Order: sequence, then structure tokens, then C-alpha cells
Amino acid sequence: MTELVVRAADTQSGATRAWARFDLSGSAGEFTVWLVPALIIVSWQAACSLGLVADSVMPSPAAVLAAGRHLTVSGELPRNVGISFLRAIAGLAVGGGIGFTLGLANGWSKISDRITDSTLQMIRNVPHLALIPLVILWFGIDEGAKLFLVALGVFFPIYINTLHGVRTIDTQLIEMAESYGMDSRALFRHVVLPGALPSIFVGLRYALGIMWLTLIVAETIAAQSGVGYMAMQAREFMQTDVVVLSILIYALLGKLADTTARALERASLSWHPAFQKK
Amino acid sequence: MTVQVPVSAWSVFDPESRASRVTGTSVTVRGLAKSFGETRVLHGLDLRAAAGQFLAVVGRSGCGKSTLLRLLAGIDQPDTGRISFGDYPAAQARELARLMFQEPRLLPWASVLANVEVGLGPERGAAGARERALAALYSVGLADRAGDWPSVLSGGQKQRVALARALVSRPCLLALDEPLGALDALTRIEMQQLLEAVWQKERFTAILVTHDVVEAVMLADRILLLEHGAVARDISVDLPRPRQRGSAAAGRLEERILRHLLRADRREAQ
Repeated sequence: MTELVVRAADTQSGATRAWARFDLSGSAGEFTVWLVPALIIVSWQAACSLGLVADSVMPSPAAVLAAGRHLTVSGELPRNVGISFLRAIAGLAVGGGIGFTLGLANGWSKISDRITDSTLQMIRNVPHLALIPLVILWFGIDEGAKLFLVALGVFFPIYINTLHGVRTIDTQLIEMAESYGMDSRALFRHVVLPGALPSIFVGLRYALGIMWLTLIVAETIAAQSGVGYMAMQAREFMQTDVVVLSILIYALLGKLADTTARALERASLSWHPAFQKK
Repeated sequence: MTVQVPVSAWSVFDPESRASRVTGTSVTVRGLAKSFGETRVLHGLDLRAAAGQFLAVVGRSGCGKSTLLRLLAGIDQPDTGRISFGDYPAAQARELARLMFQEPRLLPWASVLANVEVGLGPERGAAGARERALAALYSVGLADRAGDWPSVLSGGQKQRVALARALVSRPCLLALDEPLGALDALTRIEMQQLLEAVWQKERFTAILVTHDVVEAVMLADRILLLEHGAVARDISVDLPRPRQRGSAAAGRLEERILRHLLRADRREAQ
């Protein structure tokens, strides 16, 4: 458990430092961020145009773009992206909601912790993707299977980081709040929840990564729609451009989710010294 | 950010309307005992403070000073013994007494103003809470920082916010657990003056625990020396206010208290 928390916390502090530099360098900083991706695309296109790579191995960015345009016009791409997006959000809401609730409960109440925590820790050590055969037996290849896997995948990072956040709240603040006459509801709203929030956000961002990973695997193995299914179909017909397009769409969706989480984090943690404008 | 303090709120801290009556409560402690495991921290402590009196409690580390305050503020419960506040029922301790901690203990995610509102306890959401908190902030000279986050304040300012939070509910008893201990010398003197000024305006009963004999002599009406969990000496400070820092009379008193503390130390060593 600690390992996961520490690793997640590391990524966060690294990201925070990056943000600080971002703010300092302004629009120039914004540009630097996109410099490397742009360079990669340019050299990729150059390699394809010069015939250094075969089209069937790696189609050029222009070809991928053309495939994207074609699939957008036919409506296939928006439909599949929409379905994948909904699956991801639904799984996150279910798994994250349960993880958040249990994390709060177990961080706050010793009884709840004794009853559920050791069981959860046992389940955590099973890689959730190992359950795929069982999940297919249970749910077939309909939506239930994907929802279950994504929910299970995002549950643990959110659970563990919420638990960690509640447990590490400064006990001096709780003592102060109690001695100043806060009842348990006010204590939860004004002390426990805001105190645990930085850690909860670490869990959320970690969960977003797992969410996409799980969905990609589930959609390539057992699905009849979605970006992963689109990629697998394209493989059957040797449409490398569509396969690459699918991978790029996953990258973009992942980036979008992370950017949203970061914006939320910055908005709700504006009190935190790490997020204050210099 | 500039903050308008509404005129109606001023009267709360207006000396004219308050000087005539005392808001403080008398405090009586009888046979107070508290142990933590094997360690007996307090045993048979008796104490009486008149309403509106400023009491200082001086003693070496581990003599039970902080424990005494926590019992007075109702955070911990005594093993035996009784604490009573004037005519108030004992169950009201939490509303009557406020403890100001050694650390500011501000909520980092709440604005300075919201932190002061915490001091209102259950009345936090009531009408006029904001005005009362602003008035309290004004009285410690920080009304213009109402919208700031605590993290941008200096140590002294944080402790002033904590003082406003302790005062906003207009407690009958203010218990102070070395709140100035961590401040630098100059800020400390300013805080002592502020503390004396608000105490003179509000006339609550104050019990200040401190290591600093000079501070005790500057502020207190009476100084109690605590030794081994009981009151060893009760010294009244008959110096006129405002007190002269470094005056001969104050110096003699400080000397006397220090000698007593050191003597107690030597006895312990033998």
C-alpha cells in the first residue's frame, strides 16, 4: 500500500514542480511542452515520405490523418470514441465512488477498517486483468464486463489514497476543531475532507491511467464497439493507419483526462502553497 | 483586499460599552488529579481565580501546566477533582472556555476570515457570524488580511488570527498554552501588548501557561508556580499597568521567581 502511495505522491510532486516552471515561463513555456511531440511527428512524416519505413509497418501521419477524416465522415469514429468515453466515465464513477466512500469510512472509523480493510488488501494483490476469463464467463462480452473491470481497476488507487489522506490529517487540527465546538458533520466537511483532498487527487490521477489501460485491454479482447474494437477490426483487414489512429486517440483521451484532473486539482487546492501563483 | 468593518460590529469590541461589567468568570479548581498511564501529572491541584483576573502559571517542563489547561478547556477529563466556572453549570465548559494552543493550528484550506469563524463553534453559520469574525480580526489588527490564505502569513500574524479565533465567541475564560513561545523576541513583545490590550477591553479571565518569567510578570495579576503537579507558590503581582518593561520592581519580582524555580531544581537534583 505504502509503495503505491509513495509512487503516486512522487509523480504529483514532480508534476507540481513542472507547473511552477510553467507559470513562470508563460506562453514560451506552453510552446516548449509541445516542441518534442511536434519534432517526433515531423521526423515520422519525413521517414515515411522518404520511403525509409514501409506503409504497412508504419503509415505516415498524413495517412493516419486521412483515415481519421474518413472515419469521422462515416460516423464510425465519433460513435466508437463516444462509447469508449462513456464506458470509462461509468467505470470511474462506480469504482471511484465506492473506493472514495470506503476510504473515508475506513480512515475515519476503526470498526469499519477492521471489518473491510484486510479483505480489500487481499483482493488488491490480484491483478484485476487476471479476472478477464472469469468476467467473460460471468458477463459475456456486454457492457457489464467492461464496467466491472474498469470499476475494479480504479477502485484501489482511489481507495488507498483516500484512506491515506484521511489517516494523515493533522490530529492537532482535529483536536482544535473539537475543542472549538465542531460537531462531527462540520468536522468532516471543514477539516477531514479538505485535509484529505490533496491525497485524493493523487489517487484520482493514478486511477485515470488505470482506467484507460483497463478499457483498452477489455475492448481489444471482448467488445463489439469502442476504440479498442475499432483497432482490432482494422488489424483483421491490415489497416495499419486505423490501428495507429486508435492508439493516438487513446493517448489524446488520456491526456484530456489528466488535464481535466489537474485543472480540478488546481481549482480546489488553491490554498495549497504548491498551487499558489508566485 | 480592504474590508469594511460594519459599524454595528464595532460595539462588540468597543471599550466604552464593555468597561463597566466583567465578562470573565471565576474559576475554582479543587483536588484536581490526572495520570497518563503510570505518570501522575497532576495530583491534588487547587486553584482559584477571580472573575476577570489574569493568572500566569509558571513551572518547568513536565510540571503539568499544559495538562491543567486541557482540563480547564474540557479537552481532557480529570481522574478526580472538580472544576467550576462561577455560577455556570459544569457542562458548559466547552462554550465558556477557549484554549489558545502553542501552535496557531489554523486550517490551511480556509481563509483567514473562515478560520476566525471556526471560533464561533455551533454559531458558525448563524446570521452576523461574518461580521463578528471581521470585528475580531479588526481587534487584532488583521482585518485587511481577511481574504488571505494562512500560508502567506508570518508566524506572529498566524498567532494573532488564532487569538481572534479564540476571542470571537467572547469566552469567559481564555486559556493560553504558551502561545508566544515560538515567536521571535520583538513579535513576542508586540503580542504581549496586544494580549494585554484585548484582555483589558474584554475583561475575560485569562490563564496563561508560560516558561518565560518576564512575560508572566509583564502580564499577570497573579503568578502560580507549579511543581510536581501542584501549586507550590502563589505570588501576586502588584505592579501598576501599563507596566514598565525592565523596571526595577519587575526585575526584583522576576529574580524572586527564578530563584524559587532554580531552588526547586536543586532540591530535585539532590
